[in-house]
Amino acid sequence: MSKLVLRRIDRNNEEMLVNFGPQHPSTHGVLNFLVETDGEVMRRAIPDIGYLHRSLEKIGEIVGYPGYMPYTDRIDYLAAMFANEGYAIAVEKLIKVEVPKRAQYLRAISCELNRIASHLVSIGTMATDIGAVTPLVYALREREAINDLIEALCGARLTYNYHRIGGVAFDMPEGWRDKVLHFLERFESLIQEWDRLITWNEIYLKRLGGVAVITREQAIDYGLVGPNLRGSGVDWDVRRDVPYGAYPDFKFDVPVGRGWAGTVGDAFDRYYVRVLEMAQSCRIARQALEKLPDGETMAKVPRRIKPEAGEVMSRVESARGELAYYVVSDGTERAYRVRARTGSFLAMGIIEDISSGLMIADLIALIASLDVVAPETDR
Amino acid sequence: MTTNEIHERLRAQFGDAVGPLSEPKVDPFATVQAARIVEVCRWLKDTPGVEIDFCEDLTAVDWPKRNAIEIVYHLFSYKHRHGIVLKVEADRAKPVVPTLEGVWKAANWMEREVYDLFGVTFSGHPDLRRVMLPDDWVGHPLRKDYQEAGGFHGIPNLRENPLVELRRLDEVRLAEEAKRNPPPPPPAPAAPKAPAAAPPAASGGGAPPAPQNPPPAPKA
Repeated sequence: MSKLVLRRIDRNNEEMLVNFGPQHPSTHGVLNFLVETDGEVMRRAIPDIGYLHRSLEKIGEIVGYPGYMPYTDRIDYLAAMFANEGYAIAVEKLIKVEVPKRAQYLRAISCELNRIASHLVSIGTMATDIGAVTPLVYALREREAINDLIEALCGARLTYNYHRIGGVAFDMPEGWRDKVLHFLERFESLIQEWDRLITWNEIYLKRLGGVAVITREQAIDYGLVGPNLRGSGVDWDVRRDVPYGAYPDFKFDVPVGRGWAGTVGDAFDRYYVRVLEMAQSCRIARQALEKLPDGETMAKVPRRIKPEAGEVMSRVESARGELAYYVVSDGTERAYRVRARTGSFLAMGIIEDISSGLMIADLIALIASLDVVAPETDR
Repeated sequence: MTTNEIHERLRAQFGDAVGPLSEPKVDPFATVQAARIVEVCRWLKDTPGVEIDFCEDLTAVDWPKRNAIEIVYHLFSYKHRHGIVLKVEADRAKPVVPTLEGVWKAANWMEREVYDLFGVTFSGHPDLRRVMLPDDWVGHPLRKDYQEAGGFHGIPNLRENPLVELRRLDEVRLAEEAKRNPPPPPPAPAAPKAPAAAPPAASGGGAPPAPQNPPPAPKA
């Protein structure tokens, strides 16, 4: 990057080259943008990532199959359940283990709670980035409640390490079901409160509506996934369309961007899809709790996991979209290759092309609406 | 369309440039000649009825034993909900593969990642720079024979086991304590002996362990 900077400055023209980040609060973690700007209007913003690169894929080749589970938490610290689940599903496919029903339901419940928590951070920080500071406090209050619930379930508030190859680590504690139901009841009314608090605020609408529009074709071409893809009007959800785990048993809608603030695929659509998704997550969690079957929480998994040689791809719908694990086995106790295809990494790829012609202030709206999380881009 | 049908159509169109569908344990894949991968992918994207619009994943696997790097493409169609896995093999010493950036934009960053971590050059790529690691990093970490350089610009990545240092500090502390309170002279040896003798007597005389031991012995 250093060479790039020097070359641009030598050109001696009216443009300015500004480093945006790596410690800027609205970059949500550590990432840097080289912003080429002519006054307030950007030529383009070039993302520079890698500050949090920990070579998690290499670690997957060094530790054994069960030993990699805690590392998957670190792929995305805001939505660690999904990273757990994706890896567990991939290895289960390799060793052909059927997960007990109860474990699948517990996975769904924990994941949906985690999705709400992750979306709360996303929309809360988005409001803060745009200039409304208060909503973040409300969002974090609710997230704390979810953190408490998940802590009661698995003992951790951030890096859960809850899912196991073949099931989940613990059954739910006594009284947990009622606590979750109580929370869901309260939270569903809070989503409406949230709409009154910020969503339909005039300034907020004007600030996000029609900004950083990503068309349907662009979204697919650049490989956007999850809420970013649905915000652009693509009706696709892995939970519904390539179902895994317990999801075929639940009824839920998939919110799709409708151009609520003007244009389909603008920053507001990506924001509001997340708000609507939280309500659907509540629905799924409630159904799962009501239908929760009895039985084991762990399948019989051999102590030493030694799959046959082969390769497998698993997909889960993470809070940041489709999270795909590609695991190659060579018949030993360690994976030959572990690859995590994350949503944020591809979302970074679109920023350079979308940012051209935007105002610098709108770059913040773009980053916030794409919900990129630095550890997930860098891994 | 199932993967098999897509593969049959590919074979009909491109002949031997597309290899047979593998029969592995889980997900099948087809190997494609490196020179024709762009052509094949463009056909997959543009042909009505196939229309694979999403490059879901693009990564690589290093196989030093076969002296090859496999580039793996996971392709998927949102419209028809079908997909196929393609692979391209490149020479390990000088891996060069044509870029798919012109077919799917998503390939841009994923190819940069493969370039960074595996050292595969994608010919025709518009912006082939390292993405995760610094520009002047030496080596490609996800290759199987990668050796850590032992630091970067004078910043070491190795350090002594902290336990070694803690043990050293413990020894220093104990030595200082011993210096401050020298061990009591002659009567001391007699005194420690009595308590030292007592614990074994206590543990040995403890009734529970003794009866526990005999039962396993007959069983064995």
